[in-house]
Amino acid sequence: MASVNPQPRKIWQRQFWFNLFRVAKTNPNSQTAHLGVRQIYILPTRWGVLYGLMLLLMLIGSINYSLSLGYFITFLLTSLGHTAMLHTWRNLVHLDMTVNAAQPVFAGGTAHIPFTMSDPKNEARNTICAQLMNEKTSICNIDAGGIAHLQLSIATATRGYLSLPRIKIFTEYPLSFFHTWAYVQSTNPVLVYPTPASQATLPAATDEKANQGASIADFGDDDFVGHKTYQVGDAPSRVNWRASSRGLGMLTKRFSGNGQSVLWLNWQDCMLLEKEARISEMTRWVIDAHEAGLSYGINVPNGTLDPSNSETHYHQALSLLALMP
Amino acid sequence: MRATRTAPINKAELHWLLTAIACIVVVHAVHLPLWVTAVSFILGAYRYAIAHYDWPMPKSWQLMPVTFLLSGGVLLNYHTLLGRDASLSLMVVMLSLKLIETKNLRGYLFTVLIGFFLVSNLFLFNQSILTFTVSLPPLLLLIVCLILISSHGSPKPLSMLRLAGKLLLQSLPIMLILFVLFPRIPGPLWQMPQDANSGMTGLGDTIDFGNISKLTKNSSVAFRVQFKGSPPPQHSLYWRGPVLWHKEERVWSASSDAIGLATEKLTVAGQQYDYTITLEPHNRRWLLLLDMPTAAPKLGKLTHDFTAVATDNVRERIRYEATSYSDYTLAAHSLGEREKIMTLQLTEDENPRAIALGHSWLNLSAEDKINAALSRFRQAPYAYTLSPPRLGKDPIDAFLFDTKRGFCEHYATSFVYLMRAAGLPARIVTGYQGGEYNPNGNYYIVRQSDAHAWAEVWLQNKGWVRIDPTAAVAPERIEQGIDEAINERDQLPMMARGDYRLLHKAFLNWDSINNGWNQWVLGYDEKKQLDLLQKVTGKRLSLVEIAMWMGALTMLAAALTTWFIFWQQRAKLSPVGRLYLRYLNKLKKVGITPKEGEGALDLAKRAAEANPAAKQALLAIAECYNQTRYSAHKTVLTTLKTRIQQLKLTKQ
Repeated sequence: MASVNPQPRKIWQRQFWFNLFRVAKTNPNSQTAHLGVRQIYILPTRWGVLYGLMLLLMLIGSINYSLSLGYFITFLLTSLGHTAMLHTWRNLVHLDMTVNAAQPVFAGGTAHIPFTMSDPKNEARNTICAQLMNEKTSICNIDAGGIAHLQLSIATATRGYLSLPRIKIFTEYPLSFFHTWAYVQSTNPVLVYPTPASQATLPAATDEKANQGASIADFGDDDFVGHKTYQVGDAPSRVNWRASSRGLGMLTKRFSGNGQSVLWLNWQDCMLLEKEARISEMTRWVIDAHEAGLSYGINVPNGTLDPSNSETHYHQALSLLALMP
Repeated sequence: MRATRTAPINKAELHWLLTAIACIVVVHAVHLPLWVTAVSFILGAYRYAIAHYDWPMPKSWQLMPVTFLLSGGVLLNYHTLLGRDASLSLMVVMLSLKLIETKNLRGYLFTVLIGFFLVSNLFLFNQSILTFTVSLPPLLLLIVCLILISSHGSPKPLSMLRLAGKLLLQSLPIMLILFVLFPRIPGPLWQMPQDANSGMTGLGDTIDFGNISKLTKNSSVAFRVQFKGSPPPQHSLYWRGPVLWHKEERVWSASSDAIGLATEKLTVAGQQYDYTITLEPHNRRWLLLLDMPTAAPKLGKLTHDFTAVATDNVRERIRYEATSYSDYTLAAHSLGEREKIMTLQLTEDENPRAIALGHSWLNLSAEDKINAALSRFRQAPYAYTLSPPRLGKDPIDAFLFDTKRGFCEHYATSFVYLMRAAGLPARIVTGYQGGEYNPNGNYYIVRQSDAHAWAEVWLQNKGWVRIDPTAAVAPERIEQGIDEAINERDQLPMMARGDYRLLHKAFLNWDSINNGWNQWVLGYDEKKQLDLLQKVTGKRLSLVEIAMWMGALTMLAAALTTWFIFWQQRAKLSPVGRLYLRYLNKLKKVGITPKEGEGALDLAKRAAEANPAAKQALLAIAECYNQTRYSAHKTVLTTLKTRIQQLKLTKQ
């Protein structure tokens, strides 16, 4: 658990030439980038180089033996290399890339970035590969005018916003002699939640009244105050079965609120000294509290959330922890 | 597309590779020892089985002894590992072994590249149209292998073949430009392997009984001749080759350059013939010329006895121009002492009967000596035959007095022998006689089967005079060619025979195609290139200029190819789509662009608001366009086209 900020990978920083490449940036509104002619790079692959050497050998042989057909096949294959280069380039140029927002993940997990490529030029594309840095390559074919859905994965290590490294789109189709590529930079960062501690004991739930802030909870379990109509989800132990058997209908017993425990997850309550360890511990609390269906609030240096139990609340709480400076 | 270079190849990829390699081996089969072909097929089948039955791949230590064994086999077969034939066999063996250990992308691509190289090796052996044609399928298959290995998913075989064909077709323009304009450097850059020229046939530099009749059974083309004006009559088509002076045992051989005889004095008269000869490689120095040439072609020189020789053995097809005269006198006034000794040279202790016959003519005049010999050939039952009986000791005696059956070489040598015995200087000239006229191209084909030998005797004041003793025995050989003169037709190659008229005609047509191929594809050398460029540009281009032209035109062709490939994208729109796009572009110029989901009619209405003058036209176009959705009939299309063409909009 080191720094907070999104981890730029080694290659980002160390190789200065890496920043000299043009990058197709996604439009912040549509999340779409277009691979124009200026974003496309092309170089021969090692096989292309070997092929070139072979052609040179063939040319020398043709000269030496004055083989007209030797010249013929040498030049045909040379020209074939050129045609393959055009096809490789054409295969990539004018693609539209849409990088959608990824679901947040816990640090150490793998973020999946939904990603679509579509062809606006009514031309089938073959074997388009997409890769995030050194991660696994995704490959797809795109029909003429079609669209392909891919998912890119990236491993995460630290909490916070992980700004995506540039996505490399490349292809070597049709002959593997040329490698053409373009970089797409998504403006959508991935939110990485802190790694939860493996286990932690939740702090004791406290009486609502004893805490600052108002609870919306409408039932505790101390003093009986009356009945309300049964609603699905009410605990069976609170149902007034006696009343029910008398044909009064299903009633739920109401108790005064002081028994309704509200869980406050406080930064100060965490006993650990080290900051990141504290954050981990609190993350575990949030997860446990959420899974237990408890109503919980969170109080950390960079913000406070009132007690609640919902999916949104859960993510808000985790975001708060993730983005703690 | 493999994710990594070490990812294993799948079965489909392997099958295509095996097919391509099998195809390469098959087209090379005639140049390979049978066992190499067999081994390579066995190894291929083994590789197939490995994939099919999931057998383990052999380890490299297991392959090592096999590699040594097979290389040893090649070494044993050829006694070398270098040279054209041995290195081909070695490469095929190694490629087959490579297949056995090919399991990933790296090995696969490596094999494909070697495959390309092997295909190009085909032309070291032969550059005929047929060879060219058979080189294309393996090329196509190799490209398919590359496409397959570069593809994601499993593309259909037909679509891959189509793409491979498309790639090749799109490569043609640049190929043509490079072929025509790449500066042709006269080779060789280094010494050729010795066997690069084996298998070439042609006149030897010696005559032993049987040499020429053996050659006669070969129908391959010796050379082709194109006359500038009218050609000489058939009976004077004597193509002069090496002149044989020297007799040793049974063998007659040419005089050596080294003895430094003076060039014989030539005076010419009569009809002048200008012609161009395309000589097939024969791995000797002779440049055949029509009797009697005045000067050697540019690439050679004339010997003292007027045989044209090249500076080096003729190992590739060459073209040369020459001029010859129908009448000539050669060394008319005097014959040097050494020449006299050489052309009277005999071995005394053999052929006693022939020598006795010659001696009996010693007192006759030169003309009478000749006539005596020729009339002997005419009168006695001498026969002209392709398969003369074997001659034992004293072969000339045996031929002249016993068997009396022989071929032109028998008649020429015996005649020269008799003349020498009678004290008349005489020598043998070998070459070709006749030729077949091919009307589809207006040239003569001279085949190996036209090989011939005749004699020259030296007469005071007339010089060396050509005497063809064969003409005395079989005049039709000279007048009409060998087919008429020989009774055993089935021993002649089919092309030299007169039967099979239709087939023969087809062969002639084919030969004229071949001739064009030789002249323009294979014979396209430095000289032809310069000539062609001079014709086109009007000036003699230097090497640098040619290279510049090549660069410029290649770039132009590259640009055009690029444009073509991208133009195809547009061409994929339907005709209606293209027309509509034009209409949209027109609208765009006046600042109207269609909104998302806006129909043609709505767009037209909106455009009409901005352009009330064109309202009618706009609405008509929209209506017409909508109509095409239901019926793309031609008339509707043309209406739409004219309406869009006539549409005039003004900018707001």
